[in-house]
Amino acid sequence: MDNIQLAATAAVLAPGSETVQGKQFVEITVAPEFLVSTATALKQNHETRFDMLVCVTGVDWGKELGTVYHLRSTVFNHMIILKTKVSDRENPELDSLCSLWPAADFHEREVYDLLGMKFRGHPDLRRLFLDSTWGYPLRKDYKDDINILAK
Amino acid sequence: MEEAVLNVPLEKEEYIINMGPQHPSTHGVLRLVVSLRGEMVLNVEPHIGYVHRGIEKMCESLTYSQIIHLTDRMDYLSAHINNEAVCLAVEKALGIEVSDRVKYIRTILSELTRIQSHQLFWATYGMDLGGLTCFFYGLRDRELVMDIFEETCGGRMIVSYNCPGGLMNDIHPNFQKRTKDFIKYFRKTLPEYDRLLTGNVIFQERVKGLGTINRDDAIAWGLTGPVGRASGFSCDIRKHNPYSAYNKVTFKEILYDEGDSFHRYKVRMDEMWESMNIIEQLIDNIPEGPYAEKMKPVIKLPEGEYWQSVETARGELGVFIVSDGNKNPVRVKFRSPNFVNLAPLNILAKGFKIADLVAINGSLDLVIPDIDR
Repeated sequence: MDNIQLAATAAVLAPGSETVQGKQFVEITVAPEFLVSTATALKQNHETRFDMLVCVTGVDWGKELGTVYHLRSTVFNHMIILKTKVSDRENPELDSLCSLWPAADFHEREVYDLLGMKFRGHPDLRRLFLDSTWGYPLRKDYKDDINILAK
Repeated sequence: MEEAVLNVPLEKEEYIINMGPQHPSTHGVLRLVVSLRGEMVLNVEPHIGYVHRGIEKMCESLTYSQIIHLTDRMDYLSAHINNEAVCLAVEKALGIEVSDRVKYIRTILSELTRIQSHQLFWATYGMDLGGLTCFFYGLRDRELVMDIFEETCGGRMIVSYNCPGGLMNDIHPNFQKRTKDFIKYFRKTLPEYDRLLTGNVIFQERVKGLGTINRDDAIAWGLTGPVGRASGFSCDIRKHNPYSAYNKVTFKEILYDEGDSFHRYKVRMDEMWESMNIIEQLIDNIPEGPYAEKMKPVIKLPEGEYWQSVETARGELGVFIVSDGNKNPVRVKFRSPNFVNLAPLNILAKGFKIADLVAINGSLDLVIPDIDR
């Protein structure tokens, strides 16, 4: 399936979301409450079959925190980007995708560790690299006194 | 005799031991907290972060040319391929097409990198399982590849030979001859590896059927590289989304269905033959052309998000760059293959003996700095 068909199918599967044709892949932006339902639909639909979660990236967009999911279908060899944004910076929460793709386990722990994003329903949400006294270094408002590179 | 074994009371109590962070068979500072009943593994919990240097955070205050030098330090055995990933992402974002010469040289060096990485895997895997000879043989032959790197790139492991738009320098005049000599030599030596370890009965008894994972689970866990391909998951980026000169060569993607430690080892052994085939197709046909495109001194990527994945010696390395149009990226994410391949260690090792954990962990061929980044 090429990107144009994929965008059309994705728009049907994820009603109420924003589907754009990005520079490389189709990008779907969903509200946090529809994240799991959209991901389930993308995984189970027999035309899309996104059975592999390639990567989960936590991004601080400034006002909002968000995650970017790169999904790939090993059947059709196409990729899609699923995005979601949370505006609550104090206590950001998203639903975990561990039940759909076990690969999400470590990825989500990493996002929690470095951005402080909590995942509801994650089996074992603990800090991964850093200990519990650290802040969340990948947030843009993180104060980094010892970084001599920061402007 | 059998009765005597059966009459030994089973240990009822569980206990926990720490393997690492300073343990020779974890190949770096990986700490595994292992729950045991007797000798049987009940649960393995990896604790990571001992070499976490915050590379992704550092990238946010560096320029794109500087980031390349940090990627060497992630998976230091695939340094050249890591460099290539960032360069390809930057070139894609800027819409730069590099010359065929650059593509050929990059591909040859990538395959040499793969060979030396698998040589080191073979050397250390043999050593983990008690065959110290492997270590000497493996490192002896790896030195020849390192010499080729040293002559052309200036560095041995940490090469930093790629830069956005091409290469740092042109290849050394000796490069082609030396590479061909190495392949001629290694075609004779590689069967020796098989005679020494692959066909060894003790080795086969030790690793066959160990840490099995099937194809569906491999996909669900996102396993790539030799680990995924040993389970029959066709995941070679070089085949599915070819970059550089991989669309100009013919090679076979090594696939096995068994998914155990022995076949993960087999995939790597067979991949060395394929890598030599790829190099032989390219080495005599390197076209003339510039070794680097003219680039601005400070590279600014247009606003947007860019993804590039490449096949390192351990699997799919993905680079995800979020740019706002300035000279520094907003966010750089490295989807490192080792980080993903480590995650299912628990389900691989469950039910096996503690000594088998070493063999399973070794067959994943983890590089810890790539996990921690």
